[in-house]
Amino acid sequence: MRAVVLGATKGMGRALARLMAERGDALYLLGRDRDDLARSAADLQIRGAAGTVGFTHCDLLDRASFAPALDAAAAALSGLDAVVVTAALFAPQETLEQDGDLRDRMLAANFANTIAFCELARERLLAAGGAARLCVFSSVAGDRARKPVLLYGATKAGLSYYLTGLDHKFAAQGLKTILVKPGFVKTGMVAGLQPPPFAGEPEPVARAVLRAIDRGTPVVYAPGIWRWIMLVIRSLPRAVMRRIAF
Amino acid sequence: MTLIVNEPLNIPLAHESLSAAAPLDATEAAEPLSELAGWGHYPVVQGRERRSEDLERVTRGAVLTRGLGRSYGDSSLPPPGRHVVAGSPLADRLLAFDAATGVVRVEAGFALMNLNRLFFSRGWFTPVTPGTHYVTIGGMVAADVHGKNHHVAGCFGEHVRSVRMRVADGRIIECSDQHERELFRATLGGMGLTGHLLEIEFQMERIASPWIWQESEQVADFESALEALEEAGKQWPYTVLWSDLRAPGAKIGRGLLMKSRWAEPSEAPSAPPRWHRAPPMPFFLPSWALQPWMVTIGGALKFWMHGARRRTGIVHPETSFYPLDVLREWNRVYGRRGFTQYQAVLPGPHSHPRQRRFLETLRARGGNVFLCVIKDCGPEGKGMLSFPKPGVSYALDIPMDRNTQALVDALNDVVIAEGGRIYLAKDALTRAEHFRAMEPRLDAWNAVRRKWDPHGRLKSAQSIRLLGDRA
Repeated sequence: MRAVVLGATKGMGRALARLMAERGDALYLLGRDRDDLARSAADLQIRGAAGTVGFTHCDLLDRASFAPALDAAAAALSGLDAVVVTAALFAPQETLEQDGDLRDRMLAANFANTIAFCELARERLLAAGGAARLCVFSSVAGDRARKPVLLYGATKAGLSYYLTGLDHKFAAQGLKTILVKPGFVKTGMVAGLQPPPFAGEPEPVARAVLRAIDRGTPVVYAPGIWRWIMLVIRSLPRAVMRRIAF
Repeated sequence: MTLIVNEPLNIPLAHESLSAAAPLDATEAAEPLSELAGWGHYPVVQGRERRSEDLERVTRGAVLTRGLGRSYGDSSLPPPGRHVVAGSPLADRLLAFDAATGVVRVEAGFALMNLNRLFFSRGWFTPVTPGTHYVTIGGMVAADVHGKNHHVAGCFGEHVRSVRMRVADGRIIECSDQHERELFRATLGGMGLTGHLLEIEFQMERIASPWIWQESEQVADFESALEALEEAGKQWPYTVLWSDLRAPGAKIGRGLLMKSRWAEPSEAPSAPPRWHRAPPMPFFLPSWALQPWMVTIGGALKFWMHGARRRTGIVHPETSFYPLDVLREWNRVYGRRGFTQYQAVLPGPHSHPRQRRFLETLRARGGNVFLCVIKDCGPEGKGMLSFPKPGVSYALDIPMDRNTQALVDALNDVVIAEGGRIYLAKDALTRAEHFRAMEPRLDAWNAVRRKWDPHGRLKSAQSIRLLGDRA
C-alpha cells in the first residue's frame, strides 16, 4: 500500500505509521516541523517501510500548503492508495473559552481546514481510481456534546458528519472512507489529564484502525468498548447532561 | 495553561515560554498529582510524570527524567518538596541503524522490548540486557545495567558510543569517550543525575541465531553452587544461579545453575521465536496473599521438579532472559506493602569465607527472602559510579515489613566490611553513611556533577537520601 500520513510524528498517527512500515507499506509523511518529520521518517525506514520514506511541509493552519504537499506525496510514491489524517489540535475546554485566538485556530484546523484537506485528497484518490482509502481521525467527542470537550467536540461532530456523507456519496465510485472515533487514548495529546476508565493505548488502537483500512470499514471506534459507552451517553436525557461533569 | 498538540502546528506551547533555568515546578500547581513509585512500590510519593514525544521540551528545567519506572526504589522519584519529573517513554524513535556494523541510535525512551522485537530476526541483539525488557535504553544507560554475561561483556555502558543529553544549565551536549569524556563516564551509571538523556548510540551484538542453547543443573548447597557458578563462567557467556535460601539446614543455598549461549544455526529451529504480549497482573493482591510458606514450598518444588539430571536444549530467548516478564506488573503480587530488591556485590574469589558470612548474616536476621539470584561480576567498566566489581552479586527480593530496614542495615555492615557495594537502581533503604563507606568513588563523581550542575538542579528522592544532595 502507498500511503500518505498527515500526523505520523506523534501519538496514534505514529503508532499507525509504524504498523504500516513494519509490514512493508510505502509511506510519505506530511507535517509542520521538518526535523521532527525527518526523525520519524528514519524511524519508519528502519522498521521496514518500502522504498524511501519521504516527507514534506504541510500545516493544517495553512491551506495553501495542502495541494503541493499531496502532489509531492503522489509523485514520490508514484500514486496514492491511502490518505490518512491523524493531526488535530486539542486543548481543555477552559483554555479554549479563555483564549479566543487559540479557539479560532482550533476551530479552523480541526474542522474547515481538515475538510479542505480531505476534499483535495478525495479528488486525487478518485482520479487515481482503484481501491482508494481516506482514513480520518475524528473523535468520540463528536458523538454527543459534553461539558469538558464542548468546543473540541463540535469540530469533531462536524468532521464526522462530513466523513459519513463522503462515504454515502462516493462509496459507489470506489472511495472507501474510514471514520475513526478514538476514545480516550493515552498519548502525548492528553498527557496531564487523568485517564478515565477504559482509556486505551496507541498501539492496539492503531491495530484496529489498520484492520479497518484494509477492510474498508466505514466507522471504527477504538478501543471498541467506546462504541457502547457512547451509545449510553447519546441516550442520556438533557437533564442528566446538564448535571454531570463528564 | 496546557495546550497540547497531537501534530506539531504553529502554536507556541505554554511550556516553551519558560526560560531554560525556570523550574518546571512553576507550573506544577495546575496539575493533579498521583501516586508515583518505583518497581518495588516502596516508597510511594505524590507526583506527576510529564510525558511527551518532545523530550527536549519536557526536560527543560526538570529535576529528573523517568523512563519505564523499573528501578526498584526511589531512583526515579522526585526529591522531597518537588512533584514533577519528565517522562521519556513517548520519545521512542529509532534514529539510525547501520546494518553492516550493528550501530544503532535511538531516542532515550525507546524500550528494549521493541529493540528485541525488531532486531532479533535481523540477527542483532543488545550486548547487555537486564532481567526485564520493559526498560528504556535511557534507563539502561542511567543505571549502567548488567546482565548474566557481565563476566564477559561488562555493563551496557561499555557498548555505548555516545549520548546526547540536556545538562543542568539547559544546554544540549553530545558526549562520548572523545568529547566531554568525564561527563560521559559520570553519566554511565549516574542515575540520570548528570543530565537528561535524550539520545543514545550503541553497538549491538551479532547473534548466531535468535534462539538460546541452555544447560541447567541442580547444585546441592551454597558453597558448591558458587563453585559451579565460577566454573561455568569460564566457558559460558550467560550464567546465573537461582538460589533457594529457604531450604532447610545445610541445604540452604541449593539451587539451579543456568548456563546459556546463542544457539548455532544448525541447532536452532528454523522458525524465529515469536514474541507474545504478556498479560498484565490486573490488580494488587492483598499484602497477606503471598506467604513465606508458599515461597518455601514453591522453591522446593522448583528444585525437585528440575531433577538431578542435567537438562539441555533450545529455549526461547524471552524465557531465558526475561522469565518474570511473562506477567506484566508482577510486582503487584507483593501487594501494596511493596518489596525491595537488595542487590550487593562482594569481592571474589567465590570460595572466600566472606560469601558464607553474608549468607549467615541473612540467616541470623531471619531474612525473609522470596527470591535470590546470584551472578558473576567481571571487571569494573567505564562508569564512574557503576555497580559491578569483580566478585559475586546477590539480588534478594524481600517484602517490606518492620524488619526490612534492620536487615538491610545488617547486610550493609557486611558489605562495607568485606569491600563490596550495593546497586543504586535497586536500593530503597540504604543509609547515606553506609553508602559513603562503601563508595570511595562518590566524591569524584559528585565533583563532576558540581562542575556541570553547580546549583544542584538535578536531583532525585534517592540523591537526597543517599548521595549527599540537598533538597
